[in-house]
Amino acid sequence: MNVNANANGNASASVSGEIEDLLRSLAPQVLGTLVRRHGQFESCEDAVQEALLAASVQWPEHGVPSSPAGWLITVAGRRLTDQWRSEAARRERELTVGMEPPPQDEPSRHVDDTLRLLFLCCHPKLSAPSQVALTLRAVGGLTTAQIAHAFLVPEATMAQRISRAKQTIKGAGFPDGPERLPAVLQVLYLIFNEGYTATSGPDLQRVELATEAIRLAREVHRLLPGDGEVAGLLALMLLTDARRGTRSADGVLVPLAEQDRDRWDRARIEEGVALVTGTLPKGPPGPYLVQAAIAAIHDEAPSAEETDWAEVLILYKILDRIAPNPMVTLNRAIATAMVHGPAEGLALLATLDGDKRIAGHYRLAAVRGHLLDLAGEHEQAREHYRRAARLTLSLPEREYLLRRAQRQLPVG
Amino acid sequence: MKYLLIMQVNQEILDALSEDERKLVMEGHGEFMKTIQDSGEFILTQALADPANSTVVSGTGGTPAVTDGPFIEAKEFMGGFYLIDCESKERAIEIAKLIPDTRVKGLSIEIRPVMFSCGADL
Repeated sequence: MNVNANANGNASASVSGEIEDLLRSLAPQVLGTLVRRHGQFESCEDAVQEALLAASVQWPEHGVPSSPAGWLITVAGRRLTDQWRSEAARRERELTVGMEPPPQDEPSRHVDDTLRLLFLCCHPKLSAPSQVALTLRAVGGLTTAQIAHAFLVPEATMAQRISRAKQTIKGAGFPDGPERLPAVLQVLYLIFNEGYTATSGPDLQRVELATEAIRLAREVHRLLPGDGEVAGLLALMLLTDARRGTRSADGVLVPLAEQDRDRWDRARIEEGVALVTGTLPKGPPGPYLVQAAIAAIHDEAPSAEETDWAEVLILYKILDRIAPNPMVTLNRAIATAMVHGPAEGLALLATLDGDKRIAGHYRLAAVRGHLLDLAGEHEQAREHYRRAARLTLSLPEREYLLRRAQRQLPVG
Repeated sequence: MKYLLIMQVNQEILDALSEDERKLVMEGHGEFMKTIQDSGEFILTQALADPANSTVVSGTGGTPAVTDGPFIEAKEFMGGFYLIDCESKERAIEIAKLIPDTRVKGLSIEIRPVMFSCGADL
């Protein structure tokens, strides 16, 4: 899978970006097909890796074969056979499997295999960080170094985590049904969120992760076009990512209301809105789709003042009913304040104080500061902004909150 | 010789910094890091979140007790650290003086030699 690691090597100096992209998009289905046939995730991955390397050397010189996936599967399959040949006891059985003709005639199988590979990486025995790491590596084609860098851990640590994850799922077969789809969507959302708002560290965003999550969500949507939550998640990512370029300035967070809407990515907004409007009529919406609908309202509002907060509030009430959690209540409090005034918003916030899941979270303090500001209680607001600044683990967010706490306020 | 340069901070003093002062400190750290990276004396740095985010596991003689922060009584706490590898204690002091915190009254850097090292990237 280390197609990217190759980017600085000699062999790939001649690999065009196009071939690199092609290899990266083919890698998961090739790996998926091999794992379906042979099991043994780890040796299949090694074999695919070697096949990708061979392709990155041969294709630029001799041209891309007519069935690139078939070529890779054949070459990787041969590597596996070679490996097994040396294991005398297994020789006969494995040779038969390894000698199967190249599967160039089953494109639909490849598609299923990509999805199954994704399901395999989200195996319930794995912790969420391991699911994320394995997905990024096996399906996303990111190198261990890239994943380690994105999550700010030493490469050796990430290599360990991935290797342990592979051990854990060693004997696991491909899951049959789509029962793991919620876990897959959650993993993609985690990857996106880590890329969009890094949970810690000096940079507000890690763009590559957000981009990768969108690419994978697109892929899942292509495979399961009829699933409302898949469409909802993809739309949510697109509509959120459309605002990316305006979310920070000089390392300081810029809140939604102050962002330059002219610089939002119109193409992403249109695509996201189309997904939402195309999916909503098809039945009762799930949590991702409702969140996408909320994001669509913000993205389509010509200015912060013209935001349809009444509609946003209705959607948050729906969300609070179908997927209740304190973060939703927190957002509902903001919408409530915008529609019915800050006092009602603050009253709703007060219901969260006893909730251990959020009581010590910086967002609660930050929102309370914001609503107190709206209510004209500037001194109290400062205190909560300071508290939020101490609790956040993101430097750009901390800087924003400290500035709010120190802001010169209008007299009276 | 490895030294840990411990940034002792004080919330009251941090809160009192103006936006410009904060910016100078932040940019100063960038400059400082570049200097000791270029000199080859830099190993790693970690900025720690506020102790309000801390959890403490303490020995009780039996089952360890887990308590939430903030737990500090002292005004000063460890805000983060630099791990460096340099020639001598004198050089470590010189390096510590380059850290912008030492230009802010009330903040300090503690220099402590390392006795044992082990880690993935060390």
